Amino acid sequence: MIFDVAIIGGGLPGCSAALHLRQRHASVVLLERGRCGSQASGVNYGGVRQQGRHEAELPLARRSRQIWARLRELVDDNCEFMVTGHLKLARSDEQAHELERYATMARMHGLALDLLNRGQLQNRYPYLDGEAIAGSLCAEDGQANPRLVAPAFARAARAMGAEIREHTEVEGATRSGTTFHIACRDGTAVAARCIINVAGAWGSSVAAWFGESAPEEVMAPNMCVTEPLPYFLQPNLGVCGGDIYIRQIPRGNVIFGGGSGVADKVAIKARPLPGATRESVMRAIKLVPRLRNALLIRSWTGIEGCMPDMLPVISPSMTTPGLLHAFGFSGHGFQLGPAVGAVLAELALDGRTTTPIDAFSIDRFHAVGTAVRTIAAADHAEPQSP
Amino acid sequence: MNSTRIVVIGAGPAGTRAALTLARAGLRPTLIDEAPSNGGQIYRRRPQALGDRGNPYGFETRKAARLHRDFDAARDAIDFRGDATVWDVKPGIVHAIEQNRAITMGWDRLIIATGAMDRTIPFPGWTLPGVITLGGAQTLLKAQRSIAGSRVVLFGSGPLLYLVAYQYARAAAGVAAVLDTSPRARLSDAATAAIAGGTAFLKGLYYVSALAARGIRIWTGVTGFAVDGDGTVKRATWTDAQGVARSLPCDAVAAGFNLVSQTQIADLCELQFAFNALQRQWLPVVDDAGRSANPAIYLAGDGAAIGGADVAELTGERAALALLADLQQGASQRRIERINRKLRRSARFRKALDGRLFPFPEALARALDDDVMICRCEGITAGEIRNSVETLGADELNRAKAFSRVGMGRCQGRVCAAAATELIADAARCPIERVGRLRGQAPVKPVPLALIAGDAER
Amino acid sequence: MAVSGPTAGVKRLDGARQTVALTVDGEVIAAFRGETVLTALLTARGWIRTFEFGAEYRGGFCLIGACQDCWVRLKDGTPMRACTTLVADAMDIVTDEQH
Repeated sequence: MIFDVAIIGGGLPGCSAALHLRQRHASVVLLERGRCGSQASGVNYGGVRQQGRHEAELPLARRSRQIWARLRELVDDNCEFMVTGHLKLARSDEQAHELERYATMARMHGLALDLLNRGQLQNRYPYLDGEAIAGSLCAEDGQANPRLVAPAFARAARAMGAEIREHTEVEGATRSGTTFHIACRDGTAVAARCIINVAGAWGSSVAAWFGESAPEEVMAPNMCVTEPLPYFLQPNLGVCGGDIYIRQIPRGNVIFGGGSGVADKVAIKARPLPGATRESVMRAIKLVPRLRNALLIRSWTGIEGCMPDMLPVISPSMTTPGLLHAFGFSGHGFQLGPAVGAVLAELALDGRTTTPIDAFSIDRFHAVGTAVRTIAAADHAEPQSP
Repeated sequence: MNSTRIVVIGAGPAGTRAALTLARAGLRPTLIDEAPSNGGQIYRRRPQALGDRGNPYGFETRKAARLHRDFDAARDAIDFRGDATVWDVKPGIVHAIEQNRAITMGWDRLIIATGAMDRTIPFPGWTLPGVITLGGAQTLLKAQRSIAGSRVVLFGSGPLLYLVAYQYARAAAGVAAVLDTSPRARLSDAATAAIAGGTAFLKGLYYVSALAARGIRIWTGVTGFAVDGDGTVKRATWTDAQGVARSLPCDAVAAGFNLVSQTQIADLCELQFAFNALQRQWLPVVDDAGRSANPAIYLAGDGAAIGGADVAELTGERAALALLADLQQGASQRRIERINRKLRRSARFRKALDGRLFPFPEALARALDDDVMICRCEGITAGEIRNSVETLGADELNRAKAFSRVGMGRCQGRVCAAAATELIADAARCPIERVGRLRGQAPVKPVPLALIAGDAER
Repeated sequence: MAVSGPTAGVKRLDGARQTVALTVDGEVIAAFRGETVLTALLTARGWIRTFEFGAEYRGGFCLIGACQDCWVRLKDGTPMRACTTLVADAMDIVTDEQH
């Protein structure tokens, strides 16, 4: 059997692509080495945010936000998605101006942000340390439970007839004529007319099978969680500079992150680091002083792919017709995942998409070099902040 | 004086003997424990202010005294850190909280002697105040001169069940009944155990007859145990070996099913684990001397595999001797041989104990009703765990944790993992090894954020 | 939920030598020096804390610092694990932050 589309990688973009392709009745097989959503898609911070993204990501993020709103209808589970708002804090005049500039730009993309002054912050969010001089609230942003989302998309896709093959590691793929041949470690082979490469931190390795290079590195955002505390923190909290992000779930646990653990994409292992944990803890206590008396009960990290300009690769292949790439989400792919899948489905079936993705082309790195970030990206990207 | 930095984690029988052996060889190990002094659980020292009445260590009084005395005598030769909780271990560094201060300790060699805790199988009412573990009931008596109640039901399986019942009976605590899930011992199994276990087995027989002499009824083959009382412990109900429903008023329940090794720190060290069918638990892989696959790390005592206090003292000493030999410091071959002989004998008894006399009642765990709470930290029921398998497709423990939250609480699955594993294996219809295990994640015990941050001001 | 909670089952075997006065949720209770906070709470009133996710009292479980079910707080918010913390003079303890 020759599938219309084979998807390599069962993270959120891949599972979403499977679902969107089945909505258009394409035959789909998804190949996942472990279990769907077990890598970065399942262990990230869980922020569902448009605010703070590079301008180039906003159309995609806006599209994704619409899908998030329909989650229960789409995958029969709202995955604990809550519209709690995302509050981004400025602690200097320069940062305050940055928030204002961003709000102006965001408005042009249809994203409404409320700028708050110091007094308003102190009134509405009395648990903050009072050092923030300005804030920007995106009321329609929020948070969700990352462990649930990709698996929910996978189940829904399967219910619609997608073949989801977990515990199926892809060893290699080639193209002959108009057909791709995928070889799996368990000895099985898959034939498809199109391949979607959503292999996360391993996406560049898959691209390399087709002579395509992308300077993807590995990052491991260090995550921490407290015991359940009485609920007090509603918005998903972030700061200019992105060195700390904090959210609380209704059950009471406070999740926060910042800094890096270590990740080994060959051994497929990732561990948090006590130094990064300690720094995050210090920043969390600084920003929300009452957290000092909370118990830290766990830390973790994951294996995330990142690109030099902190923007993902979302792009047709430059070497091979029928091959599509989406990887390297640089620590902030969770909110984008549902729309990335929708976009990939359009690219696969129609050869084009309604959402602008030129900025994510896989061949944009050749002129720039691996260690350089573009100036435009530096303005707006939040390093390691999901 | 050798400059190799050796850290021994856990100052129970195993850790104490390991540290003393190293000290005798001229090294100065660091010995770290959460308690203010050595002894672990079985030989836990009572705070001085509570006096020394009663007979806290029973038959083991001489051994306890020797362990405490030898430790006290060698205090200057050992760098002992009490009231200290290890929360992470990285190559070369141990991260701990010592008396409310964050500290780090450099290490070149590690001996992990983290001991064990009771294995739990939940039952209806098990989270009520008044329900504690057998080990907890023992600690309450031994270290706090208090008893769990005046009409205590003891429930479960394993040698600790009879030991604690005996200790409570001797303290005139009012033991209402002893309920053993194991079937009444077959003569052949008892004989095997007796031959293998020598004095250990005779002690067990003594406890049983002492209970009978006090008119304390022992029920075997117990199923369907439950506790209720409208928010407090008032009554225990169960089904006896003949299928008859039984009930007894009580004000406390102590329950446990043998012990499980505490392996979270071994996990942080990224040691290799293997499933041990007899102990029905994933354990760090060690050779006969306690060496792990990491040449810098050794394990000893119940934290490596359940063997009891005497075995722990022996394996603690042996691991230290292996470490000394590996450092080319010389270790007495005769002593090593002697230890190995004793350990081989104990292993045979262990097999009889775990395999035949006190088998793990997996059917009990698997038969729990959907509404029984399994994860007491997060309040997750058997039904929710089953649902994560049957509806959401979880086929192993970490996946079930991600979907249902089982094991996501403060205890990192120490209490619920055994029962959760059985439920998942049952629902997924797969062998228990395929269910996998929960991983220790730093901090392996909860630590206040203020202490991680290094803020000493309180 | 009943304010008084379960009845006490834990009993002391000896008479006191030195007592320590603790305040727990605003009420003064007497404990023995050398006791843990857990022993003192269970003896005085039969429960340790309230559960976050249901209308339940909890009374500790393992008593050896493994199960983590006995965490309470001082009035100033400092967390304490009741079974491994000895009572001290003038301790002011809060156990019921959920209700």
